[in-house]
Amino acid sequence: MQSEDLFKEMAQSITDGEAEKAAELAKQAVAQGIDPLEAINKGFVAGVNYVGDQFSCGNMFLPELVMAGEAMKAAVAVLEPELTKRGTERKMLGKVVLCTVEGDIHEIGKTLVGTMLSATGFQVYDMGVDVPVMKVVEKAREVSADIIAMSALLTTTMVHQKDVIEALEDVGMRAKVKVMVGGAPVTQEWVKQIGADGYSEDAIGAARVAKQLLGV
Amino acid sequence: MTGKIKSITNPKLSLQILTPEEIQRLHTVSLDIIETTGIRFPSKRALDLWEAHGAQVDRSTSIVKVPGQIIEDALKLAPPKYDLAARKPEQDLPLDGNHVFLGTDGCGVEVLDINTGKRRMSTWQDVADIARVADALEEIAFHWVAVSAQDLPPKTRGLNELRAIWENSTKHAQTESIYKEWEARVAVEMAITIAGGRDALRKRPVLSIMQCTAPPLGQDGGSVDAALIGAEAGLPVGFMTMAACLTTAPATLAGTLAVGNAEVISATALIQLAFPGAPVFYAAAQTASDLRTGAYTGGGPEDFLFGAAQNKLSDFYNIPLSMGSFATGAKEPNWHAGVENSLSTFMASLVMSDMLLGVGLLHGSRIWSYSQMLMDCEIFSIIQKVMEGIVVDDETLALDVIRNVGPGGNFLSQKHTLKHMREIFIPQFMDRRPYNVWEEKHDDGCDWALEKARKILNTHQPEPLDPAVAAELKIIIASAESEL
Repeated sequence: MQSEDLFKEMAQSITDGEAEKAAELAKQAVAQGIDPLEAINKGFVAGVNYVGDQFSCGNMFLPELVMAGEAMKAAVAVLEPELTKRGTERKMLGKVVLCTVEGDIHEIGKTLVGTMLSATGFQVYDMGVDVPVMKVVEKAREVSADIIAMSALLTTTMVHQKDVIEALEDVGMRAKVKVMVGGAPVTQEWVKQIGADGYSEDAIGAARVAKQLLGV
Repeated sequence: MTGKIKSITNPKLSLQILTPEEIQRLHTVSLDIIETTGIRFPSKRALDLWEAHGAQVDRSTSIVKVPGQIIEDALKLAPPKYDLAARKPEQDLPLDGNHVFLGTDGCGVEVLDINTGKRRMSTWQDVADIARVADALEEIAFHWVAVSAQDLPPKTRGLNELRAIWENSTKHAQTESIYKEWEARVAVEMAITIAGGRDALRKRPVLSIMQCTAPPLGQDGGSVDAALIGAEAGLPVGFMTMAACLTTAPATLAGTLAVGNAEVISATALIQLAFPGAPVFYAAAQTASDLRTGAYTGGGPEDFLFGAAQNKLSDFYNIPLSMGSFATGAKEPNWHAGVENSLSTFMASLVMSDMLLGVGLLHGSRIWSYSQMLMDCEIFSIIQKVMEGIVVDDETLALDVIRNVGPGGNFLSQKHTLKHMREIFIPQFMDRRPYNVWEEKHDDGCDWALEKARKILNTHQPEPLDPAVAAELKIIIASAESEL
């Protein structure tokens, strides 16, 4: 197949949310010796952009966005070893350490934010749920995170968002990392009170806020 | 303000929403889910109980797979009828299938201030104030913790919220904000103090406990442990599913009902295995996630259908239901709120859901509004009136009166009219004044509702707790705070 046709098919696999198809096309690109960065940028990303545009004008909906994000992830997973082999890497918008705070097991909103951030082009380190304060800080240090994003569904666990910010201050990392918070009980007032940098009520907004925070 | 409680009872209206075959199918699929896919119970006590009763338990994932027969047999042990007790016995609430009772919603995080109208973070005083207003309103039969006491330490917050309710109202308290084992132990101690002893509490449970499941197909370990503590003390406990189409449940309504049902009946069965015959209730507030944001919507046609379908399912299990109605997604008391709260509550009432949650919150149960609270009460009153239906007999047909008046007369001066006119509904918050009166003032039901709430808050004196009991509650909380 001509690479132009292959790129079109790649974009289509993202638009259709076909993860298996996307991975298959990525393998084909590797086999044909196509530059993996080109495959991503000219092929798959075109699909992501199309879905994003269709979403913005109300023709596509959240599940389609999520499936496109997952298809993108599947494609990149295939291409990543090839990128490493060639000594190149995909330019990401930034690194985000993501979690639901200690004592809280509510996962879905956090995971959705992770999908949206990945699809937007962030490197996401999802630590899961019920993550202790210091574990978050350590992970952020380990990966040199640009953003820490924390979710909480309970007013009693929401306080740990504040604890993480204080711990960042204690270890002298606060200036190096932006902090985003979310979850049903989180309000603008709470964000101000704990000195977080960003907040969004939904996952798509979260990706927008993350870009604003890093000026990308 | 006599402390009377209004309920929907002896309804003439009914609704056929699911056939017996469809209900049976939902049940069968739910059992299949529990038996083959399994439900997560991240609680050591729960896993031990399941194992002892023959379920297949995976300790590494906390997922249990339970044969359907065990679930069915356990559910049969649940009492079909019981009373929720109030501090004042005449305010007890019979959950007998022939009453629909209304509670406040919970648990919000912000309040539209009753004086300034400004939105701000909720405090302990708000919990107390809302309880006091609810105490005075005959439409409100029981309390949830309406908002979170965020000015108090998280550790004992849920306990202090309960104290706020008991200090300000004689009506039954159902908490949705106690979700840890030790917290439940302390809450039981407090309830024992109110009831006047452990046995007295068992006979007259002044507190009931509502726990949320963790959809899809999971439980919160702390919640399960807390429910077990409550059930051990004889407190009615219930599990609420908030499974939402698209995100935590399938996009389809039947699939969402099945997922939520599997969560609720598995947890309810566990309570029966641990404490056979313990009073339990079913609780549900399913919704559809928003297609654009994935957010909880708290309204829309899917909500209304869930509200009506759910009591058919809990009737199938023969246990009372606490149903999420009201709880609009609207940001302020407006058209959106009126449509959602009227329809969701009407549908849940048509099938005689035992408890309705609840009045007063906006923006998907996040922002408290006193205006909304009072207007929600009016919605309930309207629905109560509608549910009475139309009585057709000699007296109501009024043939003699019609003959007397004849063609061209009017009925205003008839004795029959005087006798029956007060059966006609008089709204408190609907504007039926002449146009020019409205034009002059430009006020509306929202303003009047707020005014009424202010008046209640300024004048209503709830029957106080015995000072010794009040002091004891504070001591119990203080000692819990220092122990931990």
